[in-house]
Amino acid sequence: MLARPGLPDFEYMKAESAQDVFHLLKEKGNEVKLLLGGTDLFVQMRDRNESAGILLDLKYLPGMKDISYDKKTGINIGAAVTLNQISAHPDVKKHFQILSQAANTVGNYQLRNRATLGGNICNASPSADMAPAALVLEGEVSLSGPDGERMLALDQFWVGPGKTALKECEFLTAVHFPNPPSGAVGRYLKLGRSKMGDLAIVGVAVLGYPDPEVPAGIRFRIGINSTAPTAYRVPQVEELLAQAPLNDELLRQASEEAMKISAPIEDVRATALYQKKMVNNLTFKGLKEVWSQLINS
Amino acid sequence: MVTHTISLIINGTEEQLQVPSNMTLLHALRDKLGFTGTKNGCEAGECGACTVLVDGEPMNSCLVLAVELNGREITTVEGLAEDGKLTPLQQAFADLNAVQCGYCTPGMLMSATALLKRNPHPSEVDIQEALIGNLCRCTGYQRIIDAVLKASRNGGER
Repeated sequence: MLARPGLPDFEYMKAESAQDVFHLLKEKGNEVKLLLGGTDLFVQMRDRNESAGILLDLKYLPGMKDISYDKKTGINIGAAVTLNQISAHPDVKKHFQILSQAANTVGNYQLRNRATLGGNICNASPSADMAPAALVLEGEVSLSGPDGERMLALDQFWVGPGKTALKECEFLTAVHFPNPPSGAVGRYLKLGRSKMGDLAIVGVAVLGYPDPEVPAGIRFRIGINSTAPTAYRVPQVEELLAQAPLNDELLRQASEEAMKISAPIEDVRATALYQKKMVNNLTFKGLKEVWSQLINS
Repeated sequence: MVTHTISLIINGTEEQLQVPSNMTLLHALRDKLGFTGTKNGCEAGECGACTVLVDGEPMNSCLVLAVELNGREITTVEGLAEDGKLTPLQQAFADLNAVQCGYCTPGMLMSATALLKRNPHPSEVDIQEALIGNLCRCTGYQRIIDAVLKASRNGGER
């Protein structure tokens, strides 16, 4: 690997208040890039894929580094909380274990000391590791703009590769996750070119929980990344699994359906066909693991 | 170009320096302050040769701006040995020939130092996980892992 040229010129500024951010974004528009951990932005800038006149650091705004858990409403994670903080946080580990699992699969330990939840979400990469877990936990983003705060479900936040529903002058302040249903068990399975440290070729998050209302007795939520323009849920497959007694054959059928819905493109990491087959395999494996954990608990 | 006056506490000593906005900690350490033990590999957060400790936690110094770290404590490989006495980890690297070309070694030492601090008795898998962000193109990793295991039996990071 060759050493790269240094970072291009820019001015670094620390945002002191949300008003600072709105004001600067309004005045300077695209010249301003928002900075959290910078683990993607700096690489893109160094490769001259991104440029900025001003890098506006949002990490020091009030609340951006906070995690707050409430038994009734769930957990709120500030946009600048690092992935290592998420994976080690006792409330996350206890109540939102799948988030901790997903955070641990990103890059490497020293990178995760800088990489943030907000960055992973706002980067809107189709392969974002936090995305499938965040989707099955039905996370919502808190967006702050000149007209006030608004909440938006994550599945409406990502609109395409690198594209989000952020409006002009808005920025992400936190992600909220409601408490998962009682007895929920989750698993994030990630396939990379290496066992650890790589981007996802396919990632599948499965969350399962007891639900006596449905014939299966268990409901599943499935989130998948890397195989469509954004990470996505597969509600048709989740419904299929709820409506009949669970057995291996049904899990296989559901995994095949997930594969049919996936729409990967050929890329440097894998062919589209391979990715589709791995959606099938990982979905089955995830369902099976979560199912057996639920039965045994 | 806008420059910032910052102070960094490097290996226990406060250093004042002027840095442009776009100067990474890696370049500040190597080019401004002469701490060339910290190596420049990929400058993309992949290879870990530039790993240093910031307030005790490992980070890729190529992916942090110096200006972001005003007032923070940085430990580089030069700050491990005290009065010429190697840490048990450094000694284990030497004893077990865990070094070949040596380019990855400072980063390996910094990541492993942090590992032993948070987990004084890691398993082999714990070590593999902690060092996944430190690439070595010479050793095949086994002797590095053995050295960390040996150090963990000989009293951890110090």
